Amino acid sequence: MQLIFEKSVVNGRRALTLPEMNIAEYKLPEYREEIDLPEVAEIDVVRHYTGLSKLAHGVDDGFYPLGSCTMKYNPKLNEAVAAFEGFTAIHPTQPKETVRGWTDALNMLSDYLCEITGMDAITLQPAAGAHGEFTGMQLIKAYHKYNKDFGRKQILVPDSAHGTNPASANMCGFEIVTVPSNSEGGVDIEALKTLVCEKTAGLMLTNPNTVGLFDRNITEICEIVHKAGGLMYYDGANLNAVMGICRPGDMGFDVVHLNLHKTFSAPHGGGGPGCGPVGCKKALCKFLPLGVYGSKLPKDTASKSIGKVKSFGGNFLVALRSAVYIVTLGADGLLDASELAVLNANYLLALLKDKYPVAYDRICMHEFVLTAENIKHETGVSALDISKALLDFGIHPPTMYFPLIVHEALMFEPTETESKETLEYAADAMLKIYDKLYTNPQELHDAPISTAIGRVDEVQAARHPVLKYNK
Amino acid sequence: MAKYTPHTSEDVRDMLQRVGVESVKDLFNDVDKSIRRTEPLNIPEGVSQFEAYNKFKSMAKKNVVIDTILRGAGSYDHFIPPTLPALVNRSEFLTAYTPYQPEISQGILQSIFEYQSYMCMLTGMDISNASVYDGATACAEAMHMCCDKKRKMIIAGAVNPQYTAVIETYATAGDFEIVCVPEGSNGKIDLCALENAIDDTVAGVYAQSPNYFGLIEDMKAVGALTSERKVKFVYIFNPVAAALLPTAAADGADIAVGEGQPLGISMGFGGPYLGIMTCKTAMQRRMPGRIVGETVDNRGNKAYVLTLQAREQHIRREKALSSICSNEAHCALTATVYLSLMGKEFINVAKQSVSKAHYFMERLTAIDGFTLKYKGEFFHEFVTECKLNVAKLNKRLLKEGCLGGLELDERTLLWCVTEKPSIEQLDTVIKVIKEVASCN
Ligand SMILES: Cc1ncc(COP(=O)(O)O)c(C=O)c1O
Repeated sequence: MQLIFEKSVVNGRRALTLPEMNIAEYKLPEYREEIDLPEVAEIDVVRHYTGLSKLAHGVDDGFYPLGSCTMKYNPKLNEAVAAFEGFTAIHPTQPKETVRGWTDALNMLSDYLCEITGMDAITLQPAAGAHGEFTGMQLIKAYHKYNKDFGRKQILVPDSAHGTNPASANMCGFEIVTVPSNSEGGVDIEALKTLVCEKTAGLMLTNPNTVGLFDRNITEICEIVHKAGGLMYYDGANLNAVMGICRPGDMGFDVVHLNLHKTFSAPHGGGGPGCGPVGCKKALCKFLPLGVYGSKLPKDTASKSIGKVKSFGGNFLVALRSAVYIVTLGADGLLDASELAVLNANYLLALLKDKYPVAYDRICMHEFVLTAENIKHETGVSALDISKALLDFGIHPPTMYFPLIVHEALMFEPTETESKETLEYAADAMLKIYDKLYTNPQELHDAPISTAIGRVDEVQAARHPVLKYNK
Repeated sequence: MAKYTPHTSEDVRDMLQRVGVESVKDLFNDVDKSIRRTEPLNIPEGVSQFEAYNKFKSMAKKNVVIDTILRGAGSYDHFIPPTLPALVNRSEFLTAYTPYQPEISQGILQSIFEYQSYMCMLTGMDISNASVYDGATACAEAMHMCCDKKRKMIIAGAVNPQYTAVIETYATAGDFEIVCVPEGSNGKIDLCALENAIDDTVAGVYAQSPNYFGLIEDMKAVGALTSERKVKFVYIFNPVAAALLPTAAADGADIAVGEGQPLGISMGFGGPYLGIMTCKTAMQRRMPGRIVGETVDNRGNKAYVLTLQAREQHIRREKALSSICSNEAHCALTATVYLSLMGKEFINVAKQSVSKAHYFMERLTAIDGFTLKYKGEFFHEFVTECKLNVAKLNKRLLKEGCLGGLELDERTLLWCVTEKPSIEQLDTVIKVIKEVASCN
């Protein structure tokens, strides 16, 4: 499709015009040359972006089992609430007495999130998961500094961790120590014991972990790290498996981030915005960013604050969607969501595992990882090829090549909002693809064929970057 | 109670059977008893969608929607055309993840490409990323771009204190040093003090124009200074002002960052907003976040794809300069469609804002006791001092449906006028202030 700039061909055409001003125009002393904005009629702007939307695939278009991303249904109710003028048209510095509704909603959400995670206070300021990690790492840094424990410069990160974990810890000046995984995809306890020391500031962990398994040793892991004087950081990307079943706080974690745009149904918007609240135990509350909501905050909350991590208070319209979600589902509905998320994953796994090798073959949590390593070896068909073939079935592929500890990884997270029939359709598609592995692998290398474009040349994009429109 | 799960009890039964366990509880046997909950969470039971809607409707009513907003300070009340949400809230856009699969994501990828193009038009810079969290974090990320061996940044003059606060948080985190060179008595950058502050240990300089007080800085002079001293120049801009003022590139910026909220994004009590980041080609490899590039597909079509990913956390892990993953894509889409809808009329948004701000300032400072604190050229924000207690004045204005200027201290207000209020609205506010002033 043409760019909007290429559709601007007639000078003077406008979609919208401002009312006449009826006062003199103020002339600035210096101007730029006129900015070359497009001149397109409203109907054509509307058609342009409607056209682009048709070249996108969201949860509303079809199954989206993108592992680690929790692409569940995004309720329209939440969208309706987040569009109320009483929430959108509010300046962030308005006086308290004019924002009581906002305060109520954010206090309520903060209380609920503390209850769900087992934390004592939570900040809504971080804008996404990685931003939450950055914030949480600073809480840990501030804690050790406050205790004059200046030597704690190392953060332990499993080799299965998401890339944001080590990157966030690095942004906070920590040295990264990689912890190997055991044969079950969990933390290698013996290795961990040898890695903790007086330099250990903390361990970052996702549980269920990035291979979709609940680490059975979790309490022991926490004990080892705590004994060494370190703190436990919970990457909440996978919380969707355990709401109402167990809480990070009870597992032994000290700091938690959540991804409201995953677990709590806020839409992902084509890549954001998210909201990545960070909760912590009492001992760390004093370091939280300024502006904490909640009705039962420890007295010293934010008294030794790390400062601000974002302008104003946070991505509140995202947070609001999650507040609506939690109110709608309630304690029973959240538990139900986690249980069915895990059931859906296990069902899909059961339908696939006779054909596709599973990285770790046991009951999984809300997601599981297949490995196409042998398939690739035998047939030349890669995880990428299988993913692209799924596109021809109208299915968004699973997460590919993550976690790094599984070769040719395909990570499926169906989420709880998918029906049995959808899972069966997806399994059927995967089995049809499987049949082609040995009969017609070329067809898989050539896939997809039904999409708007075929496979793209990524090398050219990187070697000869064209990153903007040039007239 | 509303649930969004389609399962019937027969479904659950059949699925369990296929999985080979007796009950759903058995799926969680890896969770040790010692941490497994037996009690439900202490959260009320779920409610119907109807009840939830009403609950939040009444919460929304407890917020006061103010008619005339004469305050900015980082969040700006511009007119949002209804066509805008109608387009960007199409669910294909809203419910998609990051466009990792280009074959089914051309719509999102192209919209990001258009966004990058727009940001480069506004700033004159070579490269834009696909967005970061907000203007403040864009400033902070720029520090990571500028600093390698040298780890000191200077903040020159009146930068929005929210940005300064976030830059300082990131600096403490990453062990950078921040030196603030305060503005001169005219509210603008003290160029001599800045020149003296730049020594061999400095990596870069932040300067904002229009600055926090709305004043237009001499950014060319800052650019000349930074280029002479071979330090990086991080130019903090306002995208509406960028429609009229000389571009960041023309003023010598290496990196131009800003808050994109004024581009059709609602104030939303503070977020989500849009962090704009652009830079010169020379800094391309240090740019954080996602970038979309043009390429071709295997059928010979033009296509767009996420590119230059070797910079990012999923490849570089702890060696990445930034950990950003999810960004503010939907806000970037909003800004893009806003600019497409406004087209060249966007220049009028800027012109009307600056004109109405001056119209209002002139009438305000004609009131006995009100003076303009800084005399320099300003865009759509300005600072007044007055004899009145500004908190009381603002209370009164609120009663009349107006959010007055931000209180900088007991006598000082930071005002903002956009294209949105009508002249009648502005005249009414002036009338009220006159009344208050004459009673004092
Ligand atoms: C395990 C894990 N951790 C962290 C993140 C980062 O979250 P965000 O994209 O919200 O920054 C992700 C996102 O995909 C994830 O899957």
